[in-house]
Amino acid sequence: MKKILTLISACVFGSFLSTSLYAANHPVTGEKLSADQTFTYWHGDEHSSQDPQIVEDTYGANIVRDLFEGLLSQDAEGNLVPGVAESWSANDAKDVYTFNLRKNAKWSNGDPVTAYDFVYGWQRAVDPATASPYSWYMDIMSIKNGGEAINGDVPPSELGVKAIDDYTFQVELTASLPYFASMTTHGTTFPTHQATIEKYGSDWTKPENIVSNGAYVLTEHVLNERVVRERNPLYWNNADTIIEKVVTLVIPDESTGLIRYLAGELDQGPVPPGQFKKLKAEYPDQATSFPRLCNYYYTFNLSDSGIEAFQDVRVRKAMSYAIDRNVITEDILQAGQIPAYTFTPGATAGFDTPSVAFSKMTQAERDAKAVELMDAAGYGKDNPLSFTMVYNTSEGHKQIATVMSQMWKQKLGINATMENMEWKTFLDVRGKQDFEIARGAWCGDYNEASTFLDLLTTPSGYNDGKFSNAAVDQLMSEAKTLADASSNYTTIERILAAEMPVIPIYHYAGVFMLNPQLKGWPYDNVEQNWYSRNFYKVAE
Amino acid sequence: MIIYILKRLSVALPTILILIIISFLLMHSAPGGPFTSEKPLPEQVLKNINAKYGLDQPIYNQMFNYVWGIITEFDFGPSFRYKDRTVNDIIAQGFPVTLKYGTWSFILAVLFGTSLGIIAAIRQNTFLDYLAVGFSISAQVLPNFVMAPILVLIFTLYLGWLPGGGWEGGQIQFVIMPVIALSTSYLASIARLTRSSMLEVLNSNFIRTAKAKGLPQYKIVFYHALKPTLLPVISYLGPAFVGMITGSVVIDMYFSTGGIGVLFVNGALNRDYSTIMGITILVGCLTITFNLLVDILYAWIDPKIRY
Repeated sequence: MKKILTLISACVFGSFLSTSLYAANHPVTGEKLSADQTFTYWHGDEHSSQDPQIVEDTYGANIVRDLFEGLLSQDAEGNLVPGVAESWSANDAKDVYTFNLRKNAKWSNGDPVTAYDFVYGWQRAVDPATASPYSWYMDIMSIKNGGEAINGDVPPSELGVKAIDDYTFQVELTASLPYFASMTTHGTTFPTHQATIEKYGSDWTKPENIVSNGAYVLTEHVLNERVVRERNPLYWNNADTIIEKVVTLVIPDESTGLIRYLAGELDQGPVPPGQFKKLKAEYPDQATSFPRLCNYYYTFNLSDSGIEAFQDVRVRKAMSYAIDRNVITEDILQAGQIPAYTFTPGATAGFDTPSVAFSKMTQAERDAKAVELMDAAGYGKDNPLSFTMVYNTSEGHKQIATVMSQMWKQKLGINATMENMEWKTFLDVRGKQDFEIARGAWCGDYNEASTFLDLLTTPSGYNDGKFSNAAVDQLMSEAKTLADASSNYTTIERILAAEMPVIPIYHYAGVFMLNPQLKGWPYDNVEQNWYSRNFYKVAE
Repeated sequence: MIIYILKRLSVALPTILILIIISFLLMHSAPGGPFTSEKPLPEQVLKNINAKYGLDQPIYNQMFNYVWGIITEFDFGPSFRYKDRTVNDIIAQGFPVTLKYGTWSFILAVLFGTSLGIIAAIRQNTFLDYLAVGFSISAQVLPNFVMAPILVLIFTLYLGWLPGGGWEGGQIQFVIMPVIALSTSYLASIARLTRSSMLEVLNSNFIRTAKAKGLPQYKIVFYHALKPTLLPVISYLGPAFVGMITGSVVIDMYFSTGGIGVLFVNGALNRDYSTIMGITILVGCLTITFNLLVDILYAWIDPKIRY
């Protein structure tokens, strides 16, 4: 009897405890929290890896940010906030950065997170044996011996990083880099646990082996189905974490993803192309759109293998002017995308969108100018220009290509043949300059205009159109050392508008469905670096 | 018979080897590679990655190392796309999933398909026959990529009876829709095959004799007609079973089951050479095995066939 009484009182006390816990209010906003603090969201594809130094895709980066914590993190606006580093400083020349680590940061096995873990992680990133696809990121961070270590010219131990003591991490750069600290929010720079990696090799990221230092620990990973992570009780800021469990569901088909969202299986789900307007009307508090750091463009092949007509700047400008971007963003995409007249999205930090001449004209004026330019170049409806435009197979790309070719045909008499290609074949063709004009898109790796404009410099490996302009190269190289390079970027955009090596079409919008109970989504962080630990679910 | 089986098995190994060589060469001849991406990697980074995965070696070396790894260690190599996994891991996780929903689909398709075919045949030109034929033709023309979203729409969104996808270790509620979507067209084919085969058998002389002797219909159908009826059906079942248990990209995509069907297609699109090879070899081995089983079953059912 005594036992039964104890059991009953334990149950009553337990349920009281859990009720009081779940009925808690948010410590800052005071909102009543939901009993269910599981955040379930959609990924369109399986992620590449959950190893910070190996991961190379956005989906993987989302998971890595939950499992690991780097020196610095971002807040809801994308501003730098302390991560494992409590504070940081740079010398006057801005080529030596020192990070002071917090003493209460722990790995999920209880080990303290020290500066040596960062030294190990960063050296691992540049080690040719790791073969990190993002090792180049360490090189563009200008870390001393970064490039040399990647090339195998010096051992990774020569990388310009050191642990002054357990809690002081120092980085030596080859050049002054004012925005260096902001680059340490990237997954590649996160610490990794040496003993675990050495013990398990490539199996170290499996749920049963992984040791991580983020707000969550990996508890389940079923390939192409789900990734589950649960709250890490040893995380230094566990007390302020509200979401208990994060579940990623891999749903390749967006329509099924939307159905599952509407059926209540997901807190965040996809919006299939062309459905945003309808969903926004039906679920105004759930269908969400905000600017992203990505652009969509067509690039001319300006190398020797390109066609002669595209060497003429008048043709390039005419073709760009003749595209009515509003038709593409408002009638085809319909999800808050922004018509683009510059290569760099306006949402990029520290970038003053220049009012380039053709962006100020009306479309009628642009069309008239296009005809005039084309005429001057010797082409017109009587002597039509013909070429092939290539894009990778996708219904969305096809629609845009169709509209573009129609606009060119009607306004300038151009005969553009559309050719779609399977993704890897397309990349191969574009990378080998085996095209005349090709689709392109680019998402920034960090929130700074150089992540876009580097693409159009002569030495860039990503410059598939082979545009080369000495002034652009000079301005970009200068920009690296300037505290405020925005005027350089503005000048470059003006040069691009005058030279038109690419036709900017639109700047992306992030679109998804979000459960109105889920709060804390960083809409204003254009990089969309979100951390589940900052979310919470309010009661219905 | 045993000599026949041994003969077939001795041909199987060279067949698999030829399959490996052809697939390997075809894959490598496709434009682009596993590490070609929208953001092309700097030359040195690509070189390091190629070195790690042995892609810097001549193709015959790569092929030899690959086959050698399989023979000596049963190692199908690391996946180039899912970098935390080996192909062995991927198949070990995905194959049981497809095996489960594939086997259930097979059982469902065979049970209902043959029953439907038999009913249609013995009630030829009646309402039941028209219903069965009508159903199987509709099921045949309704592809599973149409069927799958319709099922999700009805059972998940409108009725709220079943989860819209996932696997969760293969609990029944996650298996129902994949099985229905996958089995329907197979079921229809089996029904039509069974019906036409049964009609042919029912019109043959030995059945006429049985009828003349005054045997009841169920005895004629189950004791005399069923065995010869199933012969053409069985030759269809071997490849069909392999097709079902090696997964369907549509089922895996719509229901997020984590099966190997979607991996195969993604593997090809991502040029994940090792994953494609692993699954190709698996499908090859299963096809050879089940074709052999069908042949053995044939001999067992049909006394006219002797090897």
